[in-house]
Amino acid sequence: MNSTTPEIHRKRDFIILFATLFLFWLLLSNSLAVDVLIIGVVVSAFISLVFYQGLTFFTEFRLSPQAVVAGFKFYGHFFKELLRSNLSMAAIVLSPPLPISPAIVKVRTRLKSRMGRLMLANSITLTPGTMTVAMEGEWLYIHCVRLDDSDLEAATREIVSEFEPYLEVMYG
Amino acid sequence: MDIIGAILLLGGASFLFLGSLGLIRMPDVYNRIQAGTKATTLGTLLVLLGTALIQPQWSLKLLLIGVFLLFTNPLSSQVLANAAHRSKVRKSELTSIDDLEADREQQS
Amino acid sequence: MAEILIYLAATLTALALLMALARFIMGPSPADRVVAFDVMTIVAITGIIFAALAEGRGIYLDVALVYGLLSFLGVIVIARFLEKGF
Repeated sequence: MNSTTPEIHRKRDFIILFATLFLFWLLLSNSLAVDVLIIGVVVSAFISLVFYQGLTFFTEFRLSPQAVVAGFKFYGHFFKELLRSNLSMAAIVLSPPLPISPAIVKVRTRLKSRMGRLMLANSITLTPGTMTVAMEGEWLYIHCVRLDDSDLEAATREIVSEFEPYLEVMYG
Repeated sequence: MDIIGAILLLGGASFLFLGSLGLIRMPDVYNRIQAGTKATTLGTLLVLLGTALIQPQWSLKLLLIGVFLLFTNPLSSQVLANAAHRSKVRKSELTSIDDLEADREQQS
Repeated sequence: MAEILIYLAATLTALALLMALARFIMGPSPADRVVAFDVMTIVAITGIIFAALAEGRGIYLDVALVYGLLSFLGVIVIARFLEKGF
C-alpha cells in the first residue's frame, strides 16, 4: 500500500491494527487494572502509528456477514485438511520404500488482495503434501511431495481450488 | 477430562515424533521442510489443546501461543524453502518438474 | 492413568528432539540445519509446555511464547542470510 491509498482506508487500517494489538495485550497481560490498560493503549497506538501500512489478519477483510460466514467455513475446512495432510504425511514417512515423487509446479490464483494471497499461500503450506516456495504476482510456485504426472493441469488446479472460494469472499 | 487431555497430548507428541522421523528419512531439503513443519504444527496444536483440557485456567494463553504458531510456522517454512531454492540447494533425483528454476533462468 | 500417558508423551517429545538434533548434526547443507533448528525450537516449545504441566506453573507459558517469537525471527534472519548474504 502506498501514499495513493485513500484516507479512509488508512484510518481503517490504523484502527484494525490497533484493535488487534490491544486484544493481544489483553490476552497477554491477563488483567483489567487501569494502569495496565493505559500502558496497553499507549503502546498499541504507537506501534499502529508506525506500522499501519503492514498486514494484519483483518487488513482488506470485507466487513460483511457473508465474509464472516466464509471465514468460519474456511477455518473448519482448514483444520480438517490439516489433520488429513498430517495423516497422509505420516503414512508416507512410515512406509519403508518412501513413496514420493516431488516436483515444483506453478499455479495461477484469482485472488487480488495481498492478504488473500498470503492466507492462500499459508493454507497451501499446511495442506496435504504441498508447500509454497515462492510467490510472484499472481503466480504461486508450489512444491509437492507427490505429484500425479498423468494429469498435470487438473492436479495443479486442485491445489488452489480448495481454499480460493472462501478467501475470495473474505478478501477478494 | 484429564484422560482426554492426556490422550490429546500423546497424539500431539506422536505427530512431533513422526515429523522428526520425516526430517531424518526424507531425501532433500524441500521434502524435509514439508515433513517437519506440517507434523510439528499439528502436533503442537494438539498438545496445546490437551493442556487446555487439563488446566482450563491457562486456555487464553495457550490460545495465544496456538494462533501465533499457526501464523508463523508456515511463513518461516516458506521463507526457508525460498532461500534454499535461491541458494540452489541440491534437489532429490526424484524431482520431476521445476517450474520455478525454469522461470528464474528465463528472467536472468 | 493420565500421569502415565503424559510421561509417555513427554518421552516421545524428547525422542523427537533427539532426531531433529541428529539431522542438525548431519546437515548436509546449511538449509538442512536451519530446518532442523526450526523443528527443534517448535518441539522445545512443547517441551516447555510439558514442564509447565509437570510443575503446575502457568508462568512457563510466557517463556514458551517468547521463545517461539524469537525462534521465528531467528529463522527468518538466517534464511535471509542464506539467500544473499549480508
